[in-house]
Amino acid sequence: MTQKTLTHLQRLEAESIQILREVVAEAENPVMLYSVGKDSAVMLHLAKKAFYPAPPPFPLMHVDTTWKFQDMYALRDKAAAEAGMELIVYQNPEAKERGINPFDHGSLHTDMWKTEGLKQALDKHGFDVAFGGARRDEEKSRAKERVFSFRSANHRWDPKNQRPELWSLYNARKAKGESVRVFPISNWTELDIWQYIHLEGIEIVPLYFSAERPTVERDGLLLMVDDERFPLKDGEEPKMRSVRFRTLGCYPLTGAVESQAKTLPEVIQEMLLTTTSERQGRAIDHDQAASMEKKKQEGYF
Amino acid sequence: MTTQDPIYKTDALIAEDIDAYLETHQHKTMLRFITCGSVDDGKSTLIGRLLYDSKMIFEDQLAALEADSKRVGTQGGEIDFALLVDGLAAEREQGITIDVAYRFFATEKRKFIVADTPGHEQYTRNMVTGASTADLAVILIDARKGVLTQTRRHSYLVNLLGIKNVVLAVNKMDLVSYSQETFDSIVADYKAFAQSIGIEEFTAIPISGYCGDNITANSENTPWYTGTALLPHLEAVEVNNTADQDKSFCLPVQWVNRPNLDFRGFAGTIASGTIRPGDAIRVLPSGKTSTVARIVSLEGDRELAVAGEAVNITLADEIDCSRGQVIVAAQDPLEVADQFESTLVWMDENALVPGRAYWLKIGTQTVSATVQHPKYEVNVNTQEHLASKTLDLNAIGVANITTDREIPFAPYAENRTLGGFILIDKMTNHTVAAGMIHFALRRAQNIHWQATDIDREHHANMKHQKPAVLWLTGLSGSGKSTIANIIEKKLARMNRHTFLLDGDNVRHGLNKDLGFTEADRVENIRRVGEVAKLMTDAGLIVITAFISPFRSERDMVRSMMQPGEFIEVFVDTPLEVAEERDVKGLYAKARSGALKNFTGIDSPYEAPMNAEIRIDTTAMTADEAADLIIARLIP
Repeated sequence: MTQKTLTHLQRLEAESIQILREVVAEAENPVMLYSVGKDSAVMLHLAKKAFYPAPPPFPLMHVDTTWKFQDMYALRDKAAAEAGMELIVYQNPEAKERGINPFDHGSLHTDMWKTEGLKQALDKHGFDVAFGGARRDEEKSRAKERVFSFRSANHRWDPKNQRPELWSLYNARKAKGESVRVFPISNWTELDIWQYIHLEGIEIVPLYFSAERPTVERDGLLLMVDDERFPLKDGEEPKMRSVRFRTLGCYPLTGAVESQAKTLPEVIQEMLLTTTSERQGRAIDHDQAASMEKKKQEGYF
Repeated sequence: MTTQDPIYKTDALIAEDIDAYLETHQHKTMLRFITCGSVDDGKSTLIGRLLYDSKMIFEDQLAALEADSKRVGTQGGEIDFALLVDGLAAEREQGITIDVAYRFFATEKRKFIVADTPGHEQYTRNMVTGASTADLAVILIDARKGVLTQTRRHSYLVNLLGIKNVVLAVNKMDLVSYSQETFDSIVADYKAFAQSIGIEEFTAIPISGYCGDNITANSENTPWYTGTALLPHLEAVEVNNTADQDKSFCLPVQWVNRPNLDFRGFAGTIASGTIRPGDAIRVLPSGKTSTVARIVSLEGDRELAVAGEAVNITLADEIDCSRGQVIVAAQDPLEVADQFESTLVWMDENALVPGRAYWLKIGTQTVSATVQHPKYEVNVNTQEHLASKTLDLNAIGVANITTDREIPFAPYAENRTLGGFILIDKMTNHTVAAGMIHFALRRAQNIHWQATDIDREHHANMKHQKPAVLWLTGLSGSGKSTIANIIEKKLARMNRHTFLLDGDNVRHGLNKDLGFTEADRVENIRRVGEVAKLMTDAGLIVITAFISPFRSERDMVRSMMQPGEFIEVFVDTPLEVAEERDVKGLYAKARSGALKNFTGIDSPYEAPMNAEIRIDTTAMTADEAADLIIARLIP
């Protein structure tokens, strides 16, 4: 009989597709949260594969903070159009009105735009299942989160009361008002993501590749001056540096790394030889050791 | 502490020829394994060590680890690898792992996913969860302690979940002076036990997670050990995903892909075997046959698909097929049955209630199922069989299960996908148990329905009425029996043939062997439901007056009847009012503690959510209530 040994990427892909289809078969009103990063790009690509020749039967939703990189907004609109999916962009009106921004408001910025914004958006549209592109290798509390992760009616995560997940059987049943966050790429690592992007030729935001970009150095982070809203301090002048980003978020909160990697293989090469983890470039995780777990309990993705 | 060569991240190749590196790494295979052992066995330390030695720990993580080790570590300020993997804050405080965590690392040849689960008896459910997706198990033993009760428990569970590759890692060899004698004697002990529970083969490796002996390479400290070190062994072990390809084709249909009228694809993950366009298939349980037309994918049609792949296939003929059905090789269909003997691992705080209906999810299908009284419970420490009436959290037992319809299946030992299932509580939606099918019971085939010439329609026609069940539910003292009596009298005057089943009366005869525990209450209602069903077959209008406190049992009775025949009447009386009436003096007894499991006092009442009729007894008399109900029954 013909034998075909599946590679690790083929097994991961099959697992993710099974999860995506299971949600569509069981959920009433699913949505895919799309952050425009490389993990979102892979998740969207897997969704296209899972439902081909139909377009993915759910909308994409971007919970926007108005502070993302310009390149991200451009790719977001393009990717949604190419996938033939509806794109919902949600911006927390209260945060907008109060002018919440990462320069003046610290952690309130993440809380209002992202955590609160997400809850509002899910409630507004009545989505009962939201796909997210989180991976278990990112952070310790993620390592224990289920693929189907339940949220109470007020969006809280209870790490001590998670449903057991056996084999590839997912229990998606829930009471009215409760919702589920589903993570189809839970078992992928950063390297898997990069290899898959390389192998499948998936388009990602150019910010992942190095280029000459205007940057300033603040609190040990290299920040890119992406638009005129960046308040420069006295005597501070953006300097052109050859930089790229390992993760993408709000531009004033995302540290760049100096790099010459202009192609995917070069990026992967740099990643493999690096000595720091990818979340280090994010200001959000540094607060305290268990900060992510706390944020997640409060409803952060 | 010895530091190993960084052989698992070939920096040179990455630096010199990244394309060649990527090419190799795209062809890696994957191994999922579980580590079993208690905190004291050094399990977390071993996993931390594997991550460290395969260079999966970055400098910033290492810095955080060093700081943590000084603050809360148990290694006297030295790096405490256990801190790397004990994820949740609560766990770090308690110093124990309480859940399943998944870790990732990769070597030249493989990507690994490690399920890290706690080893204590109270965490059996977590270990079973981790083992359900594992290709291999590493069972840790503390060399100073040898084979312990927990070793036996872990081995039993590993074997129960069907893991064929077992590694016995005899850890902490540094603390027994790397003694070969100690190692050999532990291995001999374990071998005798393993054979007794059916583990035929295992690989024993002497290691030290703390010192790094025999982890990535053979250690100088154990020159007498000639086998492979742990990581090279994990890299070389044959993975099972090709074995499943030799079995016959089977695809549980997960989702029907229907973007337009011209395309109908059946999407799912192949559970076993291989498939090509032109292959003859059969759809179960309908038995309809066709051939595969295309294997459709975004990259173009495919010529072959194998077990483990998620596919979308189209058939040559338009035949009925939907989610939950199974497409199999035409010449080799699966068994189809509705009664099974299974092992159950109970995973919920609320114990099994025999006779209660649960959701059973198997493959892509969810059906309603009831579990009989367990045949026995297994003592996971000694593997003895014990008599048991139920299964509590973390208990493992064997019981018969009946589903409400026939389902295609395979014994778990042959196919994890078609033999493994979960049970879901219909009320809480919790996953309450994991199950593994042994075999189908033949009873379903042997008890045929006796076809009778005078059928239920005939009975009903003779009585000139439509049979129905008026199911009155409500608290003790709510007025059910009073109202039921009036209804029956009024219907008798209208020349209707009725029968009143009353809770108290039934307990004097049919159900006098039952008490008031949750399980007995479920059985009480099940029997009443069956009797009511026979009476509707006889053409009668049945009136019942039972507290019937649980929603799931009322729904069970509803599902026994023909559609529209079951009329749920919620006799809604507030607890204070019922307690004040206390016609039988029962509330007083319950309050004083003389009466246990009394509904509304120390046993719950689940009010109906969608009852056909609700009677507010504080707003109308019993007579008015009866009229209202009859008006609904005979419009």
